[in-house]
Amino acid sequence: MVKSKQRKSQHVIIKGTKDGLTFMLDDQCSIETLKEELQKTLSDRPESANESVQPVNAKLVVGKRYLDRFQIEELESLFSEEMNVSINEIESEVISKEEAEEMKQNMQVTRVVKVIRSGQVLDFKGDLLLIGDVNPGGKVKATGNIYIMGSLRGIAHAGSQGNEEAIICAAEMKPSQLRIASMIRRPPEQNGENSGFEEGECAYLNEEKEMVLDKLQILSKIRPNLSMEI
Amino acid sequence: MGEAIVVTSGKGGVGKTTTTANIGTALALAGKKVCLVDTDIGLRNLDVVMGLENRIIYDLVDVVEGDCRLHQALIKDKRFDCLYLLPAAQTKDKSAVEPSQMKKLVDELKQDYDYILIDCPAGIEQGFKNAVAGADKAVVVTTPEISSVRDADRIIGLIEKEEHISSPKLIINRIRPHMMKNGDAMDVEEIVSILAIDLLGIVIDDDDVIKSSNKGEPIATDPKSKASIAYRNIGRRITGETVPLMSLDEKKGVFKKVKDFLGIRG
Repeated sequence: MVKSKQRKSQHVIIKGTKDGLTFMLDDQCSIETLKEELQKTLSDRPESANESVQPVNAKLVVGKRYLDRFQIEELESLFSEEMNVSINEIESEVISKEEAEEMKQNMQVTRVVKVIRSGQVLDFKGDLLLIGDVNPGGKVKATGNIYIMGSLRGIAHAGSQGNEEAIICAAEMKPSQLRIASMIRRPPEQNGENSGFEEGECAYLNEEKEMVLDKLQILSKIRPNLSMEI
Repeated sequence: MGEAIVVTSGKGGVGKTTTTANIGTALALAGKKVCLVDTDIGLRNLDVVMGLENRIIYDLVDVVEGDCRLHQALIKDKRFDCLYLLPAAQTKDKSAVEPSQMKKLVDELKQDYDYILIDCPAGIEQGFKNAVAGADKAVVVTTPEISSVRDADRIIGLIEKEEHISSPKLIINRIRPHMMKNGDAMDVEEIVSILAIDLLGIVIDDDDVIKSSNKGEPIATDPKSKASIAYRNIGRRITGETVPLMSLDEKKGVFKKVKDFLGIRG
């Protein structure tokens, strides 16, 4: 009798860490079994004395189980109903094909040989290597980094989906605007001959989230991960 | 089978119509059979510049709508037997013609003429789409002003999308050598480096161009004017294009000519 109870509770293992609770969910049983057991385990626990306390952060470790959006929602509501717990991370060893493809796209470098003219927009997943110029009024966007072999005279937007680590490099940096994640910078208004940005071929966000232009040499220090492992 | 060349710029007032009239005249001078087509429906000017305004009976819209046959609408030039004009309608607007109809019309003209020069209206809307529909080649006209170069860049981008048109060529119009020399205007190299297309020719700003346009006589008929020589050179380069292996020396010649002009003026 005791033995069977133990086996039953093996599907859900709860661990306490300094960041909150970690729920190890078995990946061999059915999702229904898991939910049932979770509900039981959670409702067995004593109700939190004070309802106003912050919800406990939980991390789900689901192993080789793939949870779709619907299932995640179900689990979330289960947790918040039975106990004051919010799921803030789901660790899974599997991802969907779409996610994998998107991840792959975000990793790749797209090579384009073209002059981006006024009114034209290029938008890419991942890094963009443009062999050509961006003319005034033209725009290049990428979720990753942007490398331009020619002149950047128009707009470049790196990290367009919020990657603040993204950088913009151009052989000739004369942009009308630079954007990294949600930060925008334009050259100072022209005062006499000293117009445009400070000297430099690459733009990045520093620790204060300010956009900085600098020499390429700085990149090996501030973005060591840019380099491929050789 | 002739070739159709659209003359366009995006921005208005840079000299598309003047350029069309003069290249046409220069080609006619070289003995080519040329037809000029004005697609600026509602704001036609090419007939005025050519001095043929009074001879218009039918126009482009009449041809498209089937009110007359193509050859009835064509007006023979006063000076050259091999130069014809198909005028635009003045009472309609751009929506009176569809790109497919323009293409059919230009294809018909290509049977009889060596060169069809299509004068494009300013802008990037219907009028532009009509003008480029039948063209095989494009000439982009710009002046050494930033706004004009910006619009030329936009137009080149749109032309590059049209698969039936081979790479556009550039004409820089209204060059004032002293301003370029002083650095007050963009210089030829700078414009070419931004637009990144081949230079077909450069035309010096010349009061005589306006004078002759007002008289209805294209400047290209005047052998003494610098602008006339520039247009004739452009005409030669256009005919040269049908010959393969255009040498780079010819291009250098263009720059050298600018320097010669600068020398004379300075």
